[in-house]
Amino acid sequence: MEKTVFVEMNNICKTFGVIRANRNINFRVNQGEIHALLGENGAGKSTLVNMLSGIYTPDAGSIEIYGKPVKIHSPRQAFELGIGMIHQHFKLIDVLTAAENILLSEKGSLFLSEKEALKKIQKVMENYGLLIDLSKKISDMSVSEKQTVEIIKVLYRGAKILILDEPTAVLTPQEIEKLFVILRNLAKGGCAVIIITHKLNEVMTISDRVTVLRQGETIATLDTQSTNYRELTELMVGKPVDLTIERLPSKKGNLMLEVKNLTVLGEHQVKVLDNVTFDLYGGEILGVAGVAGSGQKELCESIAGLYPVESGSIVFEDENIVGLNPREIIRKGISMSFIPEDRLGMGLIPSMDMVDNMLLKDYVNQPGIAIDRKPARQKAERVRKRLNIQTPGLSTPIRKLSGGNIQKVLLGREIDSNPRLLITAYPARGLDIGVSYNIYDLLQEQKQKGVGILYIGEDLDVLIELCDRIMVLCDGRITGIVESKSITKEGLGLLMAGESLTALEKEEHLCRL
Amino acid sequence: MQIINRPGTSIKQVITIRVIAIMAAAVVSSFLITLLGYNPLVVFSNMIKGALGSNIRIKATLLEMIPLTIASLGIIIAFKMKLWNIGGEGQILMGAFDASFIALKVDWIPSFLVLPVMFIVGFLAGGLWAFIPAFFKARFGANETIMTLMLNYIAIQWITYLQYGPWRDPKNMGFPKIPNFPKEALLPQIFGIHAGLIISLVLVVVITWFMKKTKKGFEIAVVGESVATAKYAGMDVFSVIITAMLISGGLCGITGVIQTSGVNKTLTFNVSSGYGNTAIITAWLSGLSAPWALLVSFLFAILLQGGSYIQSALQIPSSAADVLQGMILFCILGSEFFVRYKVRFTAKKPVSNGGAKAC
Repeated sequence: MEKTVFVEMNNICKTFGVIRANRNINFRVNQGEIHALLGENGAGKSTLVNMLSGIYTPDAGSIEIYGKPVKIHSPRQAFELGIGMIHQHFKLIDVLTAAENILLSEKGSLFLSEKEALKKIQKVMENYGLLIDLSKKISDMSVSEKQTVEIIKVLYRGAKILILDEPTAVLTPQEIEKLFVILRNLAKGGCAVIIITHKLNEVMTISDRVTVLRQGETIATLDTQSTNYRELTELMVGKPVDLTIERLPSKKGNLMLEVKNLTVLGEHQVKVLDNVTFDLYGGEILGVAGVAGSGQKELCESIAGLYPVESGSIVFEDENIVGLNPREIIRKGISMSFIPEDRLGMGLIPSMDMVDNMLLKDYVNQPGIAIDRKPARQKAERVRKRLNIQTPGLSTPIRKLSGGNIQKVLLGREIDSNPRLLITAYPARGLDIGVSYNIYDLLQEQKQKGVGILYIGEDLDVLIELCDRIMVLCDGRITGIVESKSITKEGLGLLMAGESLTALEKEEHLCRL
Repeated sequence: MQIINRPGTSIKQVITIRVIAIMAAAVVSSFLITLLGYNPLVVFSNMIKGALGSNIRIKATLLEMIPLTIASLGIIIAFKMKLWNIGGEGQILMGAFDASFIALKVDWIPSFLVLPVMFIVGFLAGGLWAFIPAFFKARFGANETIMTLMLNYIAIQWITYLQYGPWRDPKNMGFPKIPNFPKEALLPQIFGIHAGLIISLVLVVVITWFMKKTKKGFEIAVVGESVATAKYAGMDVFSVIITAMLISGGLCGITGVIQTSGVNKTLTFNVSSGYGNTAIITAWLSGLSAPWALLVSFLFAILLQGGSYIQSALQIPSSAADVLQGMILFCILGSEFFVRYKVRFTAKKPVSNGGAKAC
């Protein structure tokens, strides 16, 4: 049976200043298929779908939707064509219920018959097998439920072409499973689903076909069944890449950090970390797994002296550092680098250049009131070489660099200060495969030097391969600390969702060594 | 039509936009001038002539430039930290008041020390006037804009009270005026203009150095960009805010000292005559850079001096001259919008967008 082509983009070009984000891209999505758009950061994935959803207009090339040539000038127009985008950051109103959020988008909703509208939503949900309590408030929902609401929202508006931008980043493995079931239902129901991702295993599990972009060009469109990890990686990176992280051996050093019964409060006096106890040795990488917002940030910040500790102790080399100010903690050799979701929030000043950003942590140690930028410039040069940072020059504001290079600036600065304890959260967030592996290598190099590393990560495969032990946080509590050799990905997922270690042993997700 | 954030505007674009704005201002004002029955070309050339046409006029322009420059420097330091100090007026007045107290009421200071003491006291007084909102901002997150603004009124009323009440000169037969300063409290003249000119130039150099080459200057810039990062780097954000506001207010205080002792030779409630407010504009237009502030202040001084010249030379009513100034300001400040955003008309092919990054 000939499949209906829903989206056809031919020879799309889009230039931003000197950067050619899309060059003669051809992209075609059929009805009823899940099409993965795969590529590294900066490959042009977002640019391409943003032209479908009316945020950008192409400089050249043509777009056909349902076989008809169209020009999409605005998100509204994209809407009317039945193109719905689900962003990584949900656009929902917390204090309203699911139903209210879905109806918000309705034109002239003032005189809407609520009963009829609800019936319509129910029908959409039935059609695609979606389950959600429509009267539940968004603020009471989990991330995965919110995502479902977003999906219902665009379907309710009549979307036939759904674009999901990195939809799995915020989900646990179990939630990802659920999402994939939904996506399959959507495809079965006659929609075209485009999923943007840079995670290969997701491409392999969910997609029917995959289009690989690299440096703004279409490299290939393949049937997922006829390809494999290795081929996709090579297409994406442009050269063969070894995908396994070899956990390097290192001598377990002395007890370096001992956290005991650490409790910290968040807004409304809620316990964000609840009685957290663990230890960390020199020469080891202790991974921290958990769904986003399980207390990772607070853990990092309380060790770094940036977050008030309610009770408990943090002992670094026989000294309780609770109550010391950040500067004193830095002086002890504790370095923290947290890459937030926007990848810029903390630790760097986007409008300043590399030299000044290197200066941030060192300037205090200079004598007198004046600043000598020479050592910082040398350091910047050193870090640039060591991590192979791509920048027009050391005096270019770092916000003009690509995300990966910005992250390298941060991590490079922290490593260059020769820390004893390195806390690093999401250092490879959103990075290209090649660059991520660079970063893992750097971390292992530090580990072999005897540095204690607390690694907060999101990719479970990486956590298992890179870390010596993994500690799992769920709602601010530790649900388990395990040897990474003895745990499976599913096991970690269950712990992340709040299961206990004993339950896991029963289900054989964990083999005790 | 869409309004889009410009991710990065190049210097060339900024200059182009500014030049277009000035030209637009000239065109709009030309209409107004023609409506009033004057020849715009004559009026504009008279403005330039009035500001730069002779030594005396240049001197008058420089006298406007001095307070604008120093007050701008003060405002720049606060703005660099994203603390919106709009209390320049009040800080100028309080600096002027404390210096006047030394000049008029303290007689035991040896005469060669009177001026230095006036400067120190004036700096501290302006600083203190800025310290109050800074403290509440840093401790309790109070809104510094409103507090600095309110403190302006207190300062003005306080000086007015002094002028009409306790400090009024009895020899002046009922005219509400504070006595003139004694000789040792007057700024010396250098090259026919009071020493404030030298002071302002020195301060431009010092503040440029301070902001670029000192730890405190660096901390101020970091706190302005991201409080989270500043804390992360171990900075004491509270003390950075306080120091910066002390210096910011202190510089405005010095402006007050210079105006009383160099220009008015006494204290009056209108000693500041709007410099504290105009400095907000000049500071902003200079892109918060000290050397540029000097240039912008000079151009503004030309505008002010030229504006008052055409009033007398062409008998243009003073309000019309004010409207003219306002028009020019409006266009230049309005162009800020285009520096920050670009407007896209969706029907047309969009212009390619400066420094945007690929996704």
